[in-house]
Amino acid sequence: MSGSNSTVRLAPAAAILRHTVLLVSGALVLVPFVWMVSLSLKPPGEIFRASFSFWPAEFHGVENYTNALTEAPLPRYMANGLIVCALILVLQILICVPCAYALAKLRFPGRDLLFGMVLVGLLLPHQVLSLPLFILGYQLGILNTYAALVFPYVVSPFGIFLFRQFFKTIPDDVVHAARLDGLSELAIVWKIMLPIALPALIAFSIFSVVGHWNDLFWPLIAVRDQSLMPPPLGIMAFKNEEAGSDYGTLMAASTLVVAPLLIAFLAAQKWFLEGMTGGAVK
Amino acid sequence: MASLFIDSIRKNYGPTSVLRGVSLSIADGEFLTLLGPSGCGKSTLLRILAGLEVQDAGSISIGGRTVDELRPKRRDVAMVFQSYALYPHMTVASNMALPLRMRRLSAIQRLPLLGRLLPGTARIAAEVDIEVTRTANSLGIGHLLARKPVQLSGGQRQRVAVARAMVRHPAVFLMDEPLSNLDAKLRVQMRAEIKELHQRLGCTFVYVTHDQAEAMTLSDRVAVMLDGQLLQVAAPQDIYADPADRRVAEFIGSPKINMLDCVVRERGSIDVAGSTLAIDAEVLPGVPLTLGIRPEALHPADHGGQGALTGSVLSIEHMGSDLFVHLDLAGVDDPLIVRLPADRASHIAPGQTLHVGVRPDRVLLFGRDGQRLRREVESGRASVTPIREIAR
Repeated sequence: MSGSNSTVRLAPAAAILRHTVLLVSGALVLVPFVWMVSLSLKPPGEIFRASFSFWPAEFHGVENYTNALTEAPLPRYMANGLIVCALILVLQILICVPCAYALAKLRFPGRDLLFGMVLVGLLLPHQVLSLPLFILGYQLGILNTYAALVFPYVVSPFGIFLFRQFFKTIPDDVVHAARLDGLSELAIVWKIMLPIALPALIAFSIFSVVGHWNDLFWPLIAVRDQSLMPPPLGIMAFKNEEAGSDYGTLMAASTLVVAPLLIAFLAAQKWFLEGMTGGAVK
Repeated sequence: MASLFIDSIRKNYGPTSVLRGVSLSIADGEFLTLLGPSGCGKSTLLRILAGLEVQDAGSISIGGRTVDELRPKRRDVAMVFQSYALYPHMTVASNMALPLRMRRLSAIQRLPLLGRLLPGTARIAAEVDIEVTRTANSLGIGHLLARKPVQLSGGQRQRVAVARAMVRHPAVFLMDEPLSNLDAKLRVQMRAEIKELHQRLGCTFVYVTHDQAEAMTLSDRVAVMLDGQLLQVAAPQDIYADPADRRVAEFIGSPKINMLDCVVRERGSIDVAGSTLAIDAEVLPGVPLTLGIRPEALHPADHGGQGALTGSVLSIEHMGSDLFVHLDLAGVDDPLIVRLPADRASHIAPGQTLHVGVRPDRVLLFGRDGQRLRREVESGRASVTPIREIAR
């Protein structure tokens, strides 16, 4: 994030300008988040006060966080989010990685057409498909279950595309060597290709988990039962029914919902860099 | 150990014909090199041998067993790739152990955690470890077993690739330009090691290269390939001294063989570049031919005229022990290259007129179609052996 890392030393004025631009844009991204955390620590009276301060005059954090955890079944929502995200991610990997391998390394008639269809799938916004998916879920009788939350995302065109592009960069000779060493095609996928594609796997996992943890649109359609709601939907229900104007508690709940993602991302970042530097073939 | 028989293999990629009926038989324990410029189909042939590509026509048998329907792992061949194709996420030991584990452990025994608990797994794994260590030590990479490929130098990776192929004792070793990613010094060293390896293992080697020095130094026989066809299969010295085809003569040898247009004047003499050479072509007078003469088969002569070529010196290349003298001959486009020992040619300077004598026994004559005219023939016309028959 700073000019000191670059190989070219900048003149002081240019360095100051660069840092200013970076700091301002960084601040713009961070302000809503910091504000959320700040509100989660304030008592109700202070939240609507005309004067503005990030730091609470009166520390109300304990009450807000206790309320967030006790008034609504927030742990239940988070457990739901964990179950749904984990199921989606595992199934996505199980399906996308072999598909991507076939599209990248096997030769069969219609391969390019199939890849074209994957690209079309990539272009379609998910909302467009929500009505057919709702009807499909109804016909299958799985609405208002975990299955309803999971099934639309199991085949991810983005995952297939991402892994296919990464597999394309692995030399064919590695696949040939594996075949000569006696590995079956599926063994090549899981024992050779996926470990080499660790950076792609981590990047995809981050996208997938963040996307589905924060998803509000489809859960709103697919489930009605409070015990099945993932965190964002739960918070919304929480706001309407129980919290009313208790924004401190609402922000505390939001902070708690976002925290696992932040921790997971910071933990994965180290792996991500390691994967990037350790993956060279030649 | 196994002999290898390749019967009229054809392969097309769309409209491009890559292999046009290649037939070759390789003896048990032989070191055969497929030599040709890039794009001639030699790597494709090797991949077909390994079962990584499927031929459009023709058949392959290894050790008397037809393998056309067999998958790569059932063919009992091992391959060393140009890029080494090591698994980057595994240590050297795991890279080498993988082919053994895949063969000796059952699918259940290979399961990540459960497999270790099954009876026999630990014993087989220990045997694999012992063999990996022994093979690694024999190639001098025993101290690298815990490293990953990215931490190795080019030469070390090359050795690991050879070790991975060697560890399961294949009947046939296939090598696809294994030295082309190494620097010149290491290449010479690894060349000697591969030759030593072949002598030690005694199994059949098929080696693909575009480098004639590798082909000449390593092989029992060299198969010269061009445009998807085998032009000649012979021992290295025969490929050099007795090429069957103009293209073989031009591909082998550095500097390149001199090719001069010539016409038969009468029985026993040939007109070339304004001179007449006493060469018995046994072709009807007036037939245009191409005369090939290697640079070292020319020597300085005292005078021009009968039996010698005369030209002016264009340039001189000093190679240490030898000189390459480029001569401009009247009526010839390309310069004639003469290789002379440095101590006998110190007086030669650019611009000077030089007479060179030709050793008649080293002259190679080629017909207009590029085929060699052999001079041991009965009647007026030279008999030409078709390429196909030579190739077999």
